[in-house]
Amino acid sequence: MSQADLSVPFRQRAGSAMKDAFLQEALTIATTKFIGLRREAFGDFPEGEKLRDVAREIKEATLQHLDRYLEQLIDNVERLGGKVHFASTAAEARGVILEIGRRAGARMAVKSKSMATEEIHLNEALEQAGITPVETDLGEYIIQLAHERPSHIIAPAIHKTKGQVADLFAKELRRTVAADPEVLTKIARGELREKFLQADLGITGANFAIADTGTIVLVTNEGNGRMVTSLPRVHVAVMGVEKVVPSMTDLMVFLAILAKSATGQKLSVYTTFVQGPRRAGELEGPEELHLVLLDNGRINQLAGPLREALYCLRCGACLNVCPVYRQIGGHAYGHTYPGPIGILLTAMLSGPASVKELAHASSLCGACAEACPVRIDIPRMLIELRREVDETKIAPRTERAVFKAFGRLLTRPVLYRLAARIARLLQRPFVRDGAIRSLPLFFGDWTRTRDLPAVAPRTFHERWKELAREAPP
Amino acid sequence: MTAPRVALMVTCLGDVFFPEVGVSIVRLLRRLGATVEFPPGQTCCGLPLFNSGYHTEARAVAARTVALFRDADNVVVPSGSCAWMVKHEYPGLMQDPALKKDALRLAGRTYELSQFLVKVLGRRGFRATVGGRVTYHDSCHLLRGLHEAESPREILRNLEGVEFVELPGADECCGFGGSFAVRLPEVSSQILAKKLENVEATGAACLVACDAGCLMQMGGGLRRRRSRVRAVHLAELLDGGGA
Ligand code: SF4
Repeated sequence: MSQADLSVPFRQRAGSAMKDAFLQEALTIATTKFIGLRREAFGDFPEGEKLRDVAREIKEATLQHLDRYLEQLIDNVERLGGKVHFASTAAEARGVILEIGRRAGARMAVKSKSMATEEIHLNEALEQAGITPVETDLGEYIIQLAHERPSHIIAPAIHKTKGQVADLFAKELRRTVAADPEVLTKIARGELREKFLQADLGITGANFAIADTGTIVLVTNEGNGRMVTSLPRVHVAVMGVEKVVPSMTDLMVFLAILAKSATGQKLSVYTTFVQGPRRAGELEGPEELHLVLLDNGRINQLAGPLREALYCLRCGACLNVCPVYRQIGGHAYGHTYPGPIGILLTAMLSGPASVKELAHASSLCGACAEACPVRIDIPRMLIELRREVDETKIAPRTERAVFKAFGRLLTRPVLYRLAARIARLLQRPFVRDGAIRSLPLFFGDWTRTRDLPAVAPRTFHERWKELAREAPP
Repeated sequence: MTAPRVALMVTCLGDVFFPEVGVSIVRLLRRLGATVEFPPGQTCCGLPLFNSGYHTEARAVAARTVALFRDADNVVVPSGSCAWMVKHEYPGLMQDPALKKDALRLAGRTYELSQFLVKVLGRRGFRATVGGRVTYHDSCHLLRGLHEAESPREILRNLEGVEFVELPGADECCGFGGSFAVRLPEVSSQILAKKLENVEATGAACLVACDAGCLMQMGGGLRRRRSRVRAVHLAELLDGGGA
């Protein structure tokens, strides 16, 4: 399954995902593995808990003076010879990048994994402008071959089994290959090698940018990020404005927890520091360096209910532990960012109406907030979104009527007790042995898979009088 | 020590679906020397309204509850999620300063049952009402909301007459999530199915939890599969209750 069709209700999209046996296999294996690795990594790292608090404080302090840090970053990147562009919207960001490409006469762009470029739908725009985008991260390469979109923030092809990848390679590259990750990686590497040399443009995201040094930081595992930033003539990095960090010291705090949260590694294999374009006398590096700072709804949330979501490091831990994500995968969500944090980011980018269904795609179990390296209280913000959806009357009218009636019932104890008695009468035809196996209407959504306890023959309220008399004198 | 005074907040699910849990708690607490009161007119803590985003309605329910329990020394709740609602959300919901003060006081005196038994009364040794192997599911709000993993386990580990075994993935959600269970029933049911496979693999006769919501979900699922495992509330296992 590729990106879901948003005209289909979310419940149905989720349902199809759960019927996809390959997806189910791939998801269970991958998320279970990630959960275990993360747990081990922090188990061996007692300072981790404290560092998570510190990281959270740094994020908050940075957001409080975001304008100042961004100015500092811009000054420093430009001092080093780079150029900084500010884009308020996705369209503006695409425009800036296409213009850079046009001026460079680019025909091909190699890319390293970047959710920011997914967010602005850059690949389609590049193609239309006659610049072929080539994804060089293995996972991204796979989904590009399959004409799909990432289904996880850090593991874009998490929804595919290795057998499916082998079939895909066989079909698209016309070679028969074994379903062995090592073999598959080797093939992809071979295919990509020439592209690195042909491409005029290297496009990356950025995990961090350091304000007081002007350094752009990329955290990767495959080393392709390093090639994308050094081989092509022009390097463009696209980064959400919230990712600026004040100093190298602050960066160290994030690096200490990022990879552990993401993949359970102590550090990722490559941490690439980009410090301006190539200077005279240097052998490596691009002639031009551009940093595109992307707002796209973020700055608005500095004073909005989703502010805390701007702490996000995009580690993916909240997806891996989310019981909903683990059943349905990323595509069913239907937007660039899946999983619990993805719901918040979707609301940030496209407004609360866009998550009217998704705001409820959570049991509020809190596993996300617990796993999040910067302890973002995702459940609280989901509730906040639900409130907004209710108060702005985006929620379905019948639903609102039911909840409001329920609210009235709960403030009127006599009515409430009467309702229990009425329910006890109404349920009679359905009760067997103290439970209900099947009910009509939307009650069936419960009873299809679960028995429902029957309203007790006597409620606690009705038993209390007698119970009160049992009290020892 | 003078006898502790306890006000029972039985909760809506406890009242309507699981009254025997409330009865067990009353008898148990009395046996431990407490006086138990049941403030009449209580309904629900308002969590279902709150979690679905109906905060005006939740506020009205919460304000009533705060007033009803104003004079309580200790409030004991059989469900971690409702205790969490009272402790974490009530104070923030109250707008009237006097009510907010009362809500804060109430928050400080409210306990989920196992916490009250272990941390307030200091009781861990109980005899079981049934024998055999038991396992325990951490309900999300009790574990991640109230950070309580130990009290129920301490009771179960020391429980005379049963063998306690850990449930693999005990800390993972059972898929209930209030209205989530009927808004996305297929997702909720698949989460539940995985939970119940783990439960059955332990070979336990009883699955214990400290939350009526999870018990409704897991108990309903177990009955539907005609499992030999019974979902029970902690209170029902502790002798001295005996509903
Ligand atoms: S919300 Fe937290 S856990 Fe989720 S991706 Fe962002 S940093 Fe990671």
